[in-house]
Amino acid sequence: MRFTGWAANYVDERTSASTAVKALGRKIFPDHWSFMLGEVALYSFIVILLSGTFLTFFFDPSMTEVEYSGSYVPLQGIPMSVAYHSSLDISFEIRGGLLMRQVHHWAALLFVAAIGLHMLRVFFTGAFRKPRELNWIVGFLLFVMAMALGFTGYSLPDDLLSGNGLRIIDGMIKAVPVAGAWISYLLFGDEFPGTDIIPRLYVLHIMLLPAITIALIGIHMVLLVVNKHTQFAAPGRTNDNVVGSPVLPGFAAKAGGFFFLVFGVIVLIASFFTINPIWNYGPYDPSPVSAGTQPDWYIGFADGALRLIPPNLDFVDPFGFTWAFGVLIPLVGLLVFLAAVGLYPFFEAWVTGDRREHHIAERPRNAPTRTAIGAAGVTFYAALWAAASSDLIATHFRLSIEGVILALQVATVFGPFVAYFITKRVCLALQRKDREIALHGFESGRIVRLPGGEYIEVHEQLDDFERWKLVSFDEYQPIMIRPNDQGKITVNQRVRATLSRWFFEDRIAPVTQNELESQKH
Amino acid sequence: MADAHDGPDNGENAGTAVARQDDHDAPAPAVAVVRADRIPNPGFPPERLRVTDLDPKKAKQAERTISVLFFLSVIGSVLAVAAYILFPIEEGDPSTIRLNNMLIGVGITLGLLGIGIGAVHWSKALMHGHEEVEQRHPTRGSDESRERAVEIFREANAESGFTRRSLVRNSLIGALVATPIPAIALFRDLAPAEDPVALLKQTMWETGTRLARDPSGTPIKASEVTIGSAFHVIPEGLAELESHRLEEKAKAAVLLMRLPVDELNEREDRADWSYDGIVAYSKICTHVGCPVALYEQQTHHLLCPCHQSQFDVANHCEVIFGPAARPLPQLPITVDEEGYLVAKSDFTEPVGPSFWERQL
Repeated sequence: MRFTGWAANYVDERTSASTAVKALGRKIFPDHWSFMLGEVALYSFIVILLSGTFLTFFFDPSMTEVEYSGSYVPLQGIPMSVAYHSSLDISFEIRGGLLMRQVHHWAALLFVAAIGLHMLRVFFTGAFRKPRELNWIVGFLLFVMAMALGFTGYSLPDDLLSGNGLRIIDGMIKAVPVAGAWISYLLFGDEFPGTDIIPRLYVLHIMLLPAITIALIGIHMVLLVVNKHTQFAAPGRTNDNVVGSPVLPGFAAKAGGFFFLVFGVIVLIASFFTINPIWNYGPYDPSPVSAGTQPDWYIGFADGALRLIPPNLDFVDPFGFTWAFGVLIPLVGLLVFLAAVGLYPFFEAWVTGDRREHHIAERPRNAPTRTAIGAAGVTFYAALWAAASSDLIATHFRLSIEGVILALQVATVFGPFVAYFITKRVCLALQRKDREIALHGFESGRIVRLPGGEYIEVHEQLDDFERWKLVSFDEYQPIMIRPNDQGKITVNQRVRATLSRWFFEDRIAPVTQNELESQKH
Repeated sequence: MADAHDGPDNGENAGTAVARQDDHDAPAPAVAVVRADRIPNPGFPPERLRVTDLDPKKAKQAERTISVLFFLSVIGSVLAVAAYILFPIEEGDPSTIRLNNMLIGVGITLGLLGIGIGAVHWSKALMHGHEEVEQRHPTRGSDESRERAVEIFREANAESGFTRRSLVRNSLIGALVATPIPAIALFRDLAPAEDPVALLKQTMWETGTRLARDPSGTPIKASEVTIGSAFHVIPEGLAELESHRLEEKAKAAVLLMRLPVDELNEREDRADWSYDGIVAYSKICTHVGCPVALYEQQTHHLLCPCHQSQFDVANHCEVIFGPAARPLPQLPITVDEEGYLVAKSDFTEPVGPSFWERQL
């Protein structure tokens, strides 16, 4: 104990660390299972850093051609790049090497998945609203970084599958108007595939992209502390307080333990389930390819978009330049989709005219239009994602590939609208049900016979605490068109009012005190 | 019940954390409806105690469970090291890799999950259980610090003359914009000096180049190509290239097929590009460049396994399905005096995916 005191004093006199402990040590973190998703992302990133560092000690990204001389018999004597050779060596010659490769890959898949789910949680609960719009942008950039890290890492082993992935990237880059051929040439350092791309991607994968990602995570965390975490509505919780457990000791123990749980589950999966068996694919060669090729799941939506475009869309303009619309339409479409995801908070803030700070996470049903927009986005993404497996869907379910593609084309174009309308209706119906329960209680399943012979089912009233969850949401109404300082009504105003009407027109008011009291009599 | 910049208002409970800040920003739309008769926040519910709070025996039991979990973790870590030593990888025996992978993994898993489950259990069962409350403050800086910040910028501006000495400022901005330009220019040598467009328009095929098997490189005689068969083809000499082997292969890979002559519909101007029903087409997909490796003999269709474009070999490989932009380029072929299949020339158009200068 005396030593602890001495050491603490020593550090504090040189760093004033006690100020940080005072400020953060008892900081309150609210609790909800969905708040774990972001934690899963953070922890799997740490697992990626640890396992990735191990891999860099053994991996050699050179594309120099060598003959395979390792212990995997089927590939012996086959020419391959040093990168592929060293990936095989990590798998077959180094004890625990395969485990670390699989931990790294599984953790990467989990990382992107957890970010995606975390974004959906934040979106559907409106946790991106003021003052957290900027942190949404930071998180969105992290999502993009995660995909970039995933793709660059996927390419490093230089096996047949990843090489075909690079070939597709090359084809997409070449379609870029004006500079496509040049961008590809500079990126690959030669004609495709060249001998530079793997070392270049390696630098991006282990230095530049991780550095940016770590910086973004730092900003994400600082803003989280500054803004404090949102919480779901519950008795006693308001927009002005945070209710939960303090960092020390409860939250730290739970979160720290959870890191080990995430790590443990990843290692467990990696010990029993093979991922990316590169030895089955062979070294990259531009000529062979295997049927049923698939990218890692998070690139699927982009690959699917490429598959859904109809044939023969190249257009040669009168100057003789080629517009490869068959590639450009999916490419631009994906960029627009991603931009829409990133900028949504600003759109909603503008449409709703809402400039208050929001610290209560909304239940998705209480923002029907936003939830419906989200469902439309998810449907669009899901249709593209399914399209990346169109060939497997066709073979597994014995359908024609033409039929599958047509169905997914229809789903991509019309599915979002269908999802929008269904979701909005479901939200409103759920809100109505909430109202009903808040006013009349819930069906107890107890049938009582009245003296007059009449049967009724007893409705059990909620207590005040239970009811609060159902009635605590805000009601909104569309903004009105108002003239500006010069007395003019601008086009901007009109558009905004129209959108606001669309956003808030269908709504259910929360139960009020008067309604509740009149119900009791 | 209309105006509500400051949020729903029911006494001490609702959005008072946020001051009115946007009133001056006309026209300010106000959308949150405030009702006077909102149901009030009932306040915190009575605390529910855990079994470990009520029963010291249960608390003791939890304590034991947690320490057992931590001990298990130590055992797991030891097991992982033991597996590393006792189950090495033996050359030529893939099952030892699997065993090594699995046992080290299980040991590490136990080491990690022991800590994880133990710590979470400790937190949930034994650590001070009830929730605590902290007040939020508006994110916006206090008026005082905002004023001070503005003042600091004003002072800095006055002392430096940043706005007053506009020539200095503008020339500095110009200099700062110009400095990164050399950094961009330095990246020019990422690729050699030649124009890539010229490279994209030619392949290794020349007049008289023999068609050879991929990957062995042995030339193919016309008589070896039976009806219905398909060959993966590279130009003779490609397999022996010292440099740029894969780059050349990425452009020159060809598929060779023989169809019954009466099923082959040939255009007038390409009538002499085939030989006795034998046709050769670029294997590089015109969509984004995957190898079009699957040939369906019955229908004479080629399928690209990456994005499922389909090409009809009987009709000059025109696109019959999928995202491909145009037919696969045809390689004009004939036979030489020894009976080997040879190219009559290079492809007459660039192979592979579209690019801007493709037609020029």
